[in-house]
Amino acid sequence: MRPPSPSLPEREFLLQALHQSLRLDGRAMLEARTPTLTFGPEMGWVDCQMGKTRVLAHTTATMVKPQPERPLEGTITIHSEISPMASSAGEYDSGRPSDEEITITRMLDKVVRRSDAVDKESLCILAGERVWALRLTIHCLADSGNLLDCACLAAIVSLRHFRRPDVEVIGSDVTVHAPTERAPVPLSIHHTPFCNTFAFFPPSPSSIAAQDSQDPLSSPLQIPILDPSHLEQRLCTGTLSIALNAQREICVLQKLGGVPLGAEEVLLAVEVAVRRAKEMNEWVDGRLREDWEGRKGSVEVR
Amino acid sequence: MSSSSSYIVLPGETVPAQHVNLKLGPGLLQVISEISESSIISTRAGTVNHSANKSKWWVESNSKRYIPAAQESVVGIVAGKSGLDGWRVDIGSAHFAILDGLAFEGASKRNKANLKVNSLVYARVSLAHKDMEPELECFDAQTRKSAGFGELKGGFLVRCSLQMCRQLLDPKHFLLPFLGSRFPLEVAVGTNGRVWISSKEVKQTIAMTRCIEAADPAGGAMDERALKSFFNTLDL
Repeated sequence: MRPPSPSLPEREFLLQALHQSLRLDGRAMLEARTPTLTFGPEMGWVDCQMGKTRVLAHTTATMVKPQPERPLEGTITIHSEISPMASSAGEYDSGRPSDEEITITRMLDKVVRRSDAVDKESLCILAGERVWALRLTIHCLADSGNLLDCACLAAIVSLRHFRRPDVEVIGSDVTVHAPTERAPVPLSIHHTPFCNTFAFFPPSPSSIAAQDSQDPLSSPLQIPILDPSHLEQRLCTGTLSIALNAQREICVLQKLGGVPLGAEEVLLAVEVAVRRAKEMNEWVDGRLREDWEGRKGSVEVR
Repeated sequence: MSSSSSYIVLPGETVPAQHVNLKLGPGLLQVISEISESSIISTRAGTVNHSANKSKWWVESNSKRYIPAAQESVVGIVAGKSGLDGWRVDIGSAHFAILDGLAFEGASKRNKANLKVNSLVYARVSLAHKDMEPELECFDAQTRKSAGFGELKGGFLVRCSLQMCRQLLDPKHFLLPFLGSRFPLEVAVGTNGRVWISSKEVKQTIAMTRCIEAADPAGGAMDERALKSFFNTLDL
């Protein structure tokens, strides 16, 4: 059964509210929901919640023989899955992946793997013989809008939280130390990209008319909102996802939907995303430090 | 309605329901075996409740997936045409429901109701059978009057848990009388987890949406006092 589209009253009311700069959950137009991070008993186990959207990410590492063409590099594989239970509307079938699922999988790959967030060379143990293979599993448990940002945040925090066992190499002998014996080592992370999704809505008819009388050539500006809810995501004319780190380096910029956007609209979104990435970076650092302090009894810390 | 002796059951448990004129509500099933007499077992997890004279028994639980039951009012979204003069309506159940074009007040072969795809209807489930698609009607079959059913124009649709919907239908529940004392409003509560609301101002409708979500046992689960203070923080 195809997921039912939102009803006409919902569409009309949402647009009417947005034209008065009001959002249904009381947020400001460019305000995101505050995420909640819960760390599990294992390192690399992160439960990320934004409102009712919930994603679970888990990182594990195994020792494998490297690919012959890249003997000095470890590997990272990302497995993402959206549970059919994530939405009561029956949007996500178990067998066939939906368009949104494919978008999320590809975006995660770009944000986490292709932006070189993790130093793959540091995963090498013994050249050509032994490397670490990281496996990042992402379970999307509930979707109430902006699953992508939530999944990206969960993925990157999981990698930052994860610690692999310490390894000692003497000659060609590899000794793996248990976490109680020697402190596990965090992964070497180059940078932390954060994904921010904007949804765009058509401007109100009155503002179109005002724009036309002033300058008929320029198209009226679309209304941007940050961190769209489920309904907003379904009704918007297009989305723009920007993944960047606190150093203002854009990793991915992805625009979906047919709506044309001007340079100033994109730049405005990038400005907001930069500010937010800086905030998020500090916040994530703080949360990770807090969690690590709380673990001092259970693992050996040097 | 519910008595003090409500307790929790799991699916398959025997429920001591006995009465000469026993009526079973949702979540209970009569099992007839050859050796013993018939017994009543639960088919879902929840709390068992019964009426004061122990003639009506039911299991109260919360879920998001609606299972149609006859005579319940629901809010549906028209998904498309079905046949010559009918619509397929999404009521949140596993299958679409069928709404006949003649099941409206004043509808005849010549003068049929005109609904657009994606519009909202408030209807009553007229047929709910486990092996058939559910059927809806927008009038009282005896009087042929609309009795409040029909297309819902304007307003907004709030989705909540099924338990919240049932609570909103209870006249003793605090939320709707409280909101109604603050500003004029219109509400159509469906038992399928959808509530249509309408008021004059956009801000008021948003406030209603947020209050319903805050009072939902599956969401904020606020009680009367917490909700009233939450309402006062909203900018109206």
